[in-house]
Amino acid sequence: MSLFQLEIRVTPRPGVLDPEGQAIHHALRALGYEGAQGVRFGKAIHIELAAEDEDAALATAEEMCRKLLANPVTEDYRVEGIAKSTVGTGGGE
Amino acid sequence: MKAAVVTFPGSNCDYDLYKAVQAVGGEPSFVWHRETDLGDADLVMLPGGFSYGDYLRAGAIARFSPVMDAVTEFARSGGPVLGICNGFQILCEAGLLPGALIRNRSLLFQSHDVRVRVERTDTLFTFDYQPGQVLRTPIAHAEGNFRADEDTIARLEGEGRVVFRYVDAQGRATPDANPNGSVENIAGIINETGNVLGMMPHPERAMEPLLGSTDGKGLFMSLFTRPAASLP
Repeated sequence: MSLFQLEIRVTPRPGVLDPEGQAIHHALRALGYEGAQGVRFGKAIHIELAAEDEDAALATAEEMCRKLLANPVTEDYRVEGIAKSTVGTGGGE
Repeated sequence: MKAAVVTFPGSNCDYDLYKAVQAVGGEPSFVWHRETDLGDADLVMLPGGFSYGDYLRAGAIARFSPVMDAVTEFARSGGPVLGICNGFQILCEAGLLPGALIRNRSLLFQSHDVRVRVERTDTLFTFDYQPGQVLRTPIAHAEGNFRADEDTIARLEGEGRVVFRYVDAQGRATPDANPNGSVENIAGIINETGNVLGMMPHPERAMEPLLGSTDGKGLFMSLFTRPAASLP
């Protein structure tokens, strides 16, 4: 078993109304960022996961997304990053 | 008739539901979310509130509470299930109703009375109302913006499964009468088999003249004054 650091991004699906993204967009425009053409607001979820290897960790992350982390009606998900954890598991060397 | 009122950590309309059931002569009992058995309930009710603080998505975590297996089985076997507000969100997350409830268009928590039109009076939840009757009920939510893909919306509309719709005082489903941005002003829907209803407005808070409206009573009268055997 190894520890992996995973980052999962959950974003509103294309075409799905995103009121938070719209509000941020308006705020950016009000600050003078006229180049901001569109904003979509999502969330990042960081998971520390124990798994056999990277493939197993990715498969588990996919399953977590399908079951809980994203709602397929309104959201897309993507496993953005995976890295072997350098954080100790507490105790030992 | 016996009604199981499911309480999740963060539910806050469970007592309102309990009282509403009592007001029409039903026998309510609370069922804690960790229970796996609904007892001999004739009906199951999922109350409003903020189960698990609405973390991740409203209803997303409550949907995996131990009691939800029993609720799903109860629904699949034809038992009547009512989800109000957070209860509606949980039913969508659990896949017992289609679609999802996302952040209000305004981004604001909307807490005020609205008017909803009764679109169907041939359901076991609404037969006490008149067709097209306009009800005054409170809403209190930040995630009530009903969304589904186009095919699902077309099917809901085509099959007459939109039971409540936000309207103005004249009964017109205008954009201004829509408090949260829901597609087609949808305020409540029913499943294919007609035994699972989810709605964002709070009929259980419209039971007393003192509280401004008694228009919610019809829903509970519908559920509790007809013998189970004659349900449609």
